[in-house]
Amino acid sequence: MTVRVSEGKRAERRLGWLLCAPAAIVMVAVTAYPILYSVWLSLQRFDLKFPDEREFVGLSNYITVLSNEYWWTAFGVTMLITVVSVAIELVLGMGLAVVMHRTLVGRGLVRTSALIPYGIVTVVAAFSWRYAWTPGTGYLANLFSDGAPLTERASSLAIIILAEIWKTTPFMALLLLAGLALVPDDLLKAASMDGATAWQRFVKVTLPVMKPAILVALLFRTLDAFRVFDNIYVLTAGANETSSVSMLAYNNLLRGLNLGIGSTMSVLIFISVAIMAFIFVKLFGTAAPGREEGRR
Amino acid sequence: MADIVLDKVSKKYPDGTVAVRDVDLEIADGEFVILVGPSGCGKSTILNMIAGLEDISSGDLRIDGERVNDKAPRDRDIAMVFQSYALYPNMTVRENMAFPLRLAKLDKATIDEKVNDAAKVLELTALLDRKPANLSGGQRQRVAMGRAIVRNPKAFLMDEPLSNLDAKLRVQMRTVVSRLQRRLGTTTVYVTHDQTEAMTLGDRVVIVRAGAIQQVGEPQQLYDHPANLFVAGFIGSPSMNFLHASVADGRLRTALGDLPIGSRVRGLLSDAPENLIIGIRPEHFEDAALVDEAARAKGTEFEAPVELVESMGSDKYVYFTVEGERATSAELEELAADAGASDLPTGGGANLVTRLSAESAVKEGENWRVWVNLEKIHLFDPSNGRNLTLHEGRAAGVTAE
Repeated sequence: MTVRVSEGKRAERRLGWLLCAPAAIVMVAVTAYPILYSVWLSLQRFDLKFPDEREFVGLSNYITVLSNEYWWTAFGVTMLITVVSVAIELVLGMGLAVVMHRTLVGRGLVRTSALIPYGIVTVVAAFSWRYAWTPGTGYLANLFSDGAPLTERASSLAIIILAEIWKTTPFMALLLLAGLALVPDDLLKAASMDGATAWQRFVKVTLPVMKPAILVALLFRTLDAFRVFDNIYVLTAGANETSSVSMLAYNNLLRGLNLGIGSTMSVLIFISVAIMAFIFVKLFGTAAPGREEGRR
Repeated sequence: MADIVLDKVSKKYPDGTVAVRDVDLEIADGEFVILVGPSGCGKSTILNMIAGLEDISSGDLRIDGERVNDKAPRDRDIAMVFQSYALYPNMTVRENMAFPLRLAKLDKATIDEKVNDAAKVLELTALLDRKPANLSGGQRQRVAMGRAIVRNPKAFLMDEPLSNLDAKLRVQMRTVVSRLQRRLGTTTVYVTHDQTEAMTLGDRVVIVRAGAIQQVGEPQQLYDHPANLFVAGFIGSPSMNFLHASVADGRLRTALGDLPIGSRVRGLLSDAPENLIIGIRPEHFEDAALVDEAARAKGTEFEAPVELVESMGSDKYVYFTVEGERATSAELEELAADAGASDLPTGGGANLVTRLSAESAVKEGENWRVWVNLEKIHLFDPSNGRNLTLHEGRAAGVTAE
């Protein structure tokens, strides 16, 4: 059976496409093209130091990267930073969100001051952390350590994670705050009538109800954290095996000028991020941003 | 099960607004009490204070003889049903109903038994494993009731539990609620803004206006003997007709003509102001042609143009416009605003709604003779709304000797 579409309906649909077109064209120009171009580059041997040796090599770059221990070390570092920082951010962000949600007096002030770290440019914040941890002149270094914490692997990673958390907890809190606002007051009242303590209300009612918001917040932050770059670049520049995958890709692309290998790494990061997003959306049922959450 | 006593309970917000003013109310064990009033009158605030969801600014609240002002809701052993039902969306019907029992740390077998029993009473057994999102409005409402009855609390509080249902289901659920309450015999406080619900459900009805109780009584008593203009106008549908009246030469001058005043009422009116408001319920009118001689003597007749006839089958609602002043008072304006009537065009003169027998041959556009029963008329003082014909709590019309 063919569905007959009325003239008005068709005109409306055409208008819809026309209205979408500018955004779609810009998207294709600034994202689709670079992605496809990276994929194309990643399939070639292409080192700007030896431009004459450029040739199509298929998946050989991928074999090179995936069998390289530097890649896997960086991958491990990235995963560590991602998991630890996102986990801590979730807890702290939730605490901050609850405080912001509950605050009645000076609400604006509390929210604004909580957001300051997020408003500071990452590189600037990273430099202030670096100075703070520099032995001799830095206040934190003098306070907590007698060595040079940014020259050792474990402490460097801890400081990188600390900088990440400090910077993005407010963002997490803001996303969670939106989720908290979605929990109907009546539900919490009902729970307290049913005999729940404040903690039970939080764990058994608030958290499950705002689960979609939590998952969206985790998704955003995980994808963001996996691409960690600025903090590492400023704090350690990847020394003592503190490189993230982004850092490694950057070094190969812009320092080593090896477009083939660098692009391969970029594509692998892209794939990793896509897999994580897939896991979040499919396995945990995270509502994709913008989709109606009609699952009450 | 328990009695609930409110002793001079008030609610004052930090910004100085007084939501509830010195409410005195004694709710007996097992009684079904309805709090009714227009939106924003403070009835929900009273309920929330009983629940413990809002602090009491002053006065005492006693449940089962014990002062509970400072007890947390969970320590008061009271269950509440919310207008939004407030079902936990992440839990199945079974888990929703078991929630208060699980928090009370009952063992699993007892919980299962109680949940199954409650589900049977409310016909929810087939729905136990569904999530609230997959239930209809009426089913959700029943689950909310189930969650309340499952733990056998001292009292039920219901905050407009039927307001989110469509009209037909609301009428059905009304009987469900009523039967359930009778069967369980649990003290119940029920808040509604719907006077029909109030009249049909409760043992006693409490009429609240602007944070203060106007009158407490059995539904019929409130209907027959309203203490003031507000109660008179709030209870009854279609509502009572109000006309301007003045006392002159021992008679009442109204838009319906001059009405005789009996000696008893004359006594009651001795210190009343000259200008009054007369209140007549729609059913106290009748087509003059259908009134027999004996009844005719109890009332008076007048003639007015018929504006509109609504035939309800069992009777006819006939609308008249009569010449004369419209009754005005703060209470009436508030009632009109609550009913949304302040937005309606009113035209000149005073409007009259009457309920005549179905046999009446009344026709739109014609002048018709209508009889009015003077034994059922109320007189109100427009300045404070007090019912002047009320004597020892009872009203007996204007002609009583």
